[in-house]
Amino acid sequence: MPNMSPTKVPMPEQEPDIRNKNFLEVAKGYTAEMAMEEASRCLNCKNKPCVSGCPVNVRIPEFIERVAKGEFEEAYDIITTTNGLPAVCGRVCPQENQCEGKCVRGIKGESVSIGRLERFCADYHMKNSTAKPEKPQSNGKKVAVIGAGPSGLTCAGDLAKKGYQVTVFEAFHTAGGVLVYGIPEFRLPKAIVKKEIENLEALGVEIKTDMVIGKVLSIDELFDMGYKACFIGSGAGLPSFMNIEGEELIGVYSANEYLTRTNLMKAYLDDYDTPIIDSKAVAVVGGGNVAMDAARCAKRLGAETVYIVYRRGMEEMPARKEEIHHAQQEGIIFKNLSNPVKILPDENGRVRAIECVEMELGEPDASGRRRPIEKQGSNFELPVDTVIMAIGTSPNPLIRSTTPGLETNKRGCLIVNEDTMQTSREGVYAGGDAVTGAATVILAMGAGKQAAKSIDEYLSDK
Amino acid sequence: MYKILKRRQLNDTVVLMEIDAPLIAKKALAGQFIILRVDERGERMPLTIADCDREKGTVTIIFQIVGQTTMLLSQMKEGDSLADFVGPLGKATDFEGAKRVCVIGGGVGCAIAYPSAKQLYTSGAKVDVIAGFRSKDIVILEEEFSKVCDNLYITTDDGSYGEKGFVTDKLKSLIEAGNQYDLAVAIGPVPMMKFVCEVTRPYGIKTLVSLNPIMIDGTGMCGGCRVTVGGETKFACVDGPDFDGHKVNFDELMKRNGTYRAKEQHDKEHCRIYGGGANA
Repeated sequence: MPNMSPTKVPMPEQEPDIRNKNFLEVAKGYTAEMAMEEASRCLNCKNKPCVSGCPVNVRIPEFIERVAKGEFEEAYDIITTTNGLPAVCGRVCPQENQCEGKCVRGIKGESVSIGRLERFCADYHMKNSTAKPEKPQSNGKKVAVIGAGPSGLTCAGDLAKKGYQVTVFEAFHTAGGVLVYGIPEFRLPKAIVKKEIENLEALGVEIKTDMVIGKVLSIDELFDMGYKACFIGSGAGLPSFMNIEGEELIGVYSANEYLTRTNLMKAYLDDYDTPIIDSKAVAVVGGGNVAMDAARCAKRLGAETVYIVYRRGMEEMPARKEEIHHAQQEGIIFKNLSNPVKILPDENGRVRAIECVEMELGEPDASGRRRPIEKQGSNFELPVDTVIMAIGTSPNPLIRSTTPGLETNKRGCLIVNEDTMQTSREGVYAGGDAVTGAATVILAMGAGKQAAKSIDEYLSDK
Repeated sequence: MYKILKRRQLNDTVVLMEIDAPLIAKKALAGQFIILRVDERGERMPLTIADCDREKGTVTIIFQIVGQTTMLLSQMKEGDSLADFVGPLGKATDFEGAKRVCVIGGGVGCAIAYPSAKQLYTSGAKVDVIAGFRSKDIVILEEEFSKVCDNLYITTDDGSYGEKGFVTDKLKSLIEAGNQYDLAVAIGPVPMMKFVCEVTRPYGIKTLVSLNPIMIDGTGMCGGCRVTVGGETKFACVDGPDFDGHKVNFDELMKRNGTYRAKEQHDKEHCRIYGGGANA
């Protein structure tokens, strides 16, 4: 008999007032008992709507059935047949819009907590198993992957499993892409990302850091070096600014810079050399997950007051509900329906305040969300010493500007055949944010997976 | 890991190193830079490439000891290895076919002015070099410069070597003496570049400057290196590091380079200035 409790087994978490002062993981994870109890809420439906909601089609009811029986390693093995990064996905996927959004249990009550169960299996495996994946027999064909983020790592893993000799070229000094520079430690511990990458290396994937493709080597040179196909997963790294007065002041960061200093460069640890401003009051501009991450990092780095400044309402915020909820619990102040007009300096050229104008919502715009309209004369100042712009990113031009024949759209995104992920160049595939603009980890992984399949088909014919 | 093949102390605080980095050496052009990390806990520090040897596969860097990272770097010996060495980043200098050029270097900035002089001279331009230093004991690269220019003028602030005065004084006198430069290249501390631009502006001599703002990745990702050029925001790492000096907002750059200066003084153990100091 399934467990008919209408609610999920609650996730143990650090108390808000304690966790907003440390970088340890907020959600502590299920115990085996909790996992088995939650797993028994799954009805094991015949038509598996949850699987269709997953961009990498994790065999959800099958793995949950094993969890319910306490067969955790078996459950892990089922997950990893389609998902190379389960410890990551279990933590950062927007499950409410994907698998859990389609769960039948969600119609009358809460869905099964698929994400937490996936995380549990991955963590259980990491903790209890020393087995490394076995390196498959090589087929002798070399494939280059550009960017060691979610799409590149997924593509590399899938190809390595099929016997390809895969080299991943990463511009930073550490592999992981947004998983290491963007998403903070308290949401995704870096030791977990490192383990997942070590698993890929055990499969035979070679990772070369410090390699800015487009500068040190071009894609054409990679082909000259014997790579038979290439996957571009270079992400959407270029930060947007608002182009308002005062953005050049000291104390204005892009979220990319603030998060990279904090997460990749470990500015929060004393034994690293990375400097970051000691902020007292911070305004983070934007309403997405990146804005929530930046705000929560600022709080942990010691800021007394942290605002989220967002031009639409709470309902329209693109961030995951859970992230917004966590931010609120941690004392982040939401200034919704507010839009920055300019950033004001002190006498030393440092940020003194941000001037905003109140907004109201009009008719829905092209995105389907109600368009924010300025309320004339409603300007107000928030006294802050730091402003973090988290209003989006676009793809980096380094590769497209050095690769002849690579077509992009007007936003700089690489154009691909959506079924095969092939670009306008033969043998060159792309996926993730480099194609879609800033999106989610799991969508990037789905694209990497599709590209690996296409590359395999392309090279099998050769 | 990137091995240090050669280490030479140019003066008390300026060190030259040749790094084994064949892929970068193959591609590097005058004006481009690298980013290095000394060790696993170090900062990413940008340094403009001083020279490279495509056959030997080496890239030369020259830096001044100004803070934590340059201090750590200076303590490394031949045979030691750097954790990271990334490049070549940024755009190569576009000399626009200039035929009569004055290259002006200030202090350790001479290290970066040198490859420009070398490239211009070997491509057939007539090159004057003005290399300015505070005093005789910190003069660097005199011999190297003398091989890649038509006239080398060394100035010192205190007159202990070469001509007494600032590079701007010498530049002004050369222009007033009738030298018709079609390009000036100024590389050094931000105030020096600013004042060189003020000298050349009334004569309409195009002036290239190499900027050194604070940055992390060097690929356009952090936006920390944004500078205002001709009223527009540019990222020095991908749009530069060279810009038309007559359009650069130097005062803003100086302020931004001071972002962590107070913190540095307050907490010397754990942080440092970079970018703003390393090339200055």
